[in-house]
Amino acid sequence: MAALVIADHDGAHLRDTTHKTVTAALALSSDVDVLVYGEGVKTVAEAASKIAGVRKVLVAESADLKQDIAEDVAALITGLAVNYDAVAIPASASGKNFAPRIAAALDVSLLSDVIEVVDGSTFVRPIYAGNALETVQTSEAKKVLTVRTTAFKAAAEGGSASVETVTAPATKAGTRFISEEKVTSDRPELGAAKIIVSGGRALGSKEEFDAVIDPLADKLGAAVGASRAAVDAGYAPNDYQVGQTGKVVAPELYIAVGISGAIQHLAGMKDSKVIVAINKDPEAPIFSVADYGLVADYKTAIPDLMKALG
Amino acid sequence: MKILVPVKRVLDYNVKVRVKSDQSGVDLANVKMSMNPFDEIAVEEATRLKEKGVATEIVAVSIGPAQAKDTIITALTIGADRGILIQTDQDVEPLAVAKLLKAVAETEKPDLIIMGKQAIDGDNNATGQMLSTLLDWPQATFASKVVVENGEAQVTREVDGGLQTLGVKLPAVITTDLRLNEPRYASLPNIMKAKKKPLETKTVADYGVDVTPRLKVLKVTEPPKRSAGKKLADAAELVANLKSAGVL
Ligand SMILES: Cc1cc2nc3c(=O)[nH]c(=O)nc-3n(C[C@H](O)[C@H](O)[C@H](O)COP(=O)(O)OP(=O)(O)OC[C@H]3O[C@@H](n4cnc5c(N)ncnc54)[C@H](O)[C@@H]3O)c2cc1C
Ligand SMILES: Nc1ncnc2c1ncn2[C@@H]1O[C@H](COP(=O)(O)O)[C@@H](O)[C@H]1O
Repeated sequence: MAALVIADHDGAHLRDTTHKTVTAALALSSDVDVLVYGEGVKTVAEAASKIAGVRKVLVAESADLKQDIAEDVAALITGLAVNYDAVAIPASASGKNFAPRIAAALDVSLLSDVIEVVDGSTFVRPIYAGNALETVQTSEAKKVLTVRTTAFKAAAEGGSASVETVTAPATKAGTRFISEEKVTSDRPELGAAKIIVSGGRALGSKEEFDAVIDPLADKLGAAVGASRAAVDAGYAPNDYQVGQTGKVVAPELYIAVGISGAIQHLAGMKDSKVIVAINKDPEAPIFSVADYGLVADYKTAIPDLMKALG
Repeated sequence: MKILVPVKRVLDYNVKVRVKSDQSGVDLANVKMSMNPFDEIAVEEATRLKEKGVATEIVAVSIGPAQAKDTIITALTIGADRGILIQTDQDVEPLAVAKLLKAVAETEKPDLIIMGKQAIDGDNNATGQMLSTLLDWPQATFASKVVVENGEAQVTREVDGGLQTLGVKLPAVITTDLRLNEPRYASLPNIMKAKKKPLETKTVADYGVDVTPRLKVLKVTEPPKRSAGKKLADAAELVANLKSAGVL
């Protein structure tokens, strides 16, 4: 039984979500290969070849793959899947976009957001915004899973896998790339950060959000996150949203500022190691998961915190 | 232009989830059920396209128990013209839902299918992409903006790191994200009107799709509980605690 892991990267750097997905795949099979797709991704492939436990790295390059068009990516992986019993994909927005296509093309279920591989055919996944955990068993020949990477440890470095080129099948005509608008930031990415400072509706405006949340994040070397309410109101970009339908994070330290703690938000951060809540309402549900709570107006609490941090 | 909108009946997003003590599932007896929020956004978007004169007919379809009729009526209240209920008491998995929707699409021949990105019960985020694959129609998931012109939908998508805009040739499948629109509230006259709109009831057998579950649910359990920690007096005390916890 061999497994194929799809690498997560930004074109230049391999994300450690790949290492975590390798760990999940190694629980299924000792023969784990990694696919790196994109354009100009040789260095990413080299980085993948150094993950311990990886047998072989496959590299597929084309302009369409660079734009991450689901039809193209899924066609490539579905073609490769004949050689594998399992395909494991990090549950990023990109992975969620194409993974179900592979499952449908192979006529198998998608095992979505897997948090534990019990054995080769049994998996645990959260349902209802993480308020319940479902253990499912499948007898299907091929397994296609997206992996909730926060639930797995990163595979170590130290491998020396061979790197092989594969060709992507011809492009689909029905979808065309028009444009993209990427948020650039010098701060760590949400998925990789050790510390996250998240702001909620309480911040009231984009100016206030930037003036309060950003300096604290910079002082801590943290990534910035947000609640849905803050994103909907335009205080923060969409990919900052933490929660059931946004990003799932599990940093060492998560600081929630002016966030009430709706279950949809908790679904995205309650596995953080240490949670801090700063909220003026002592009854706010966020305090029920917080290790440390400050019942305070952020307008005084954050400047105080900046001072106390020195 | 005809739009098909699949809508799912799910546990209302405000209801506290209770896992059954025999670990067989989540308790759905006597709790409020509603249309999946992402599907409401899909119906709203279709309705706006109709109001703009882009769409001419909206068909809402739901696969579920008899009570899923209410979910369809909610869609008819927002603006759908007619409904199809594929009635079953079985839990239908995303792949089987996609196969049923494919069969519906083959008879209804819509130009566009708009559906939710994710049903908030199973949190699969799979059916739209599967349906697009089975129909071999282009897909644009996680939409935060949709413009339809010249036989193409230009869809702005919420992706890792920002936004991406794709053009998909119709017919196509679009899945909605939260920021696509804000669904309207039901007005009394629209509720009255909805009850008079056509609603057909079908069975799974009518479509010849095998909906036997592929996954066996061994158990459904509660996640490990996090307990509330301590409330601190001030920022200085917070920093001291974070330092001794080793996270600063
Ligand atoms: C289908 C669906 C999916 C969703 N997905 C997500 C998701 O992925 N992520 C997500 O976050 N939400 C999600 N939500 C929304 C969620 O239900 C909540 O509405 C949202 O999380 C609320 O955001 P908030 O806590 O910032 O705002 P609010 O709930 O309005 O809370 C603001 C908090 O700030 C506090 N406050 C106000 N002023 C101050 C002050 N001066 N100082 C300190 N504290 C102050 C208040 O006491 C309050 O607790 C989803 C909802 C639905 C229906
Ligand atoms: N039983 C169903 N009936 C109608 N539509 C459904 C059903 N299940 C899923 N869908 C549609 O598929 C979307 C994604 O669901 P899922 O893949 O289960 O997360 C939902 O938002 C609905 O639009």
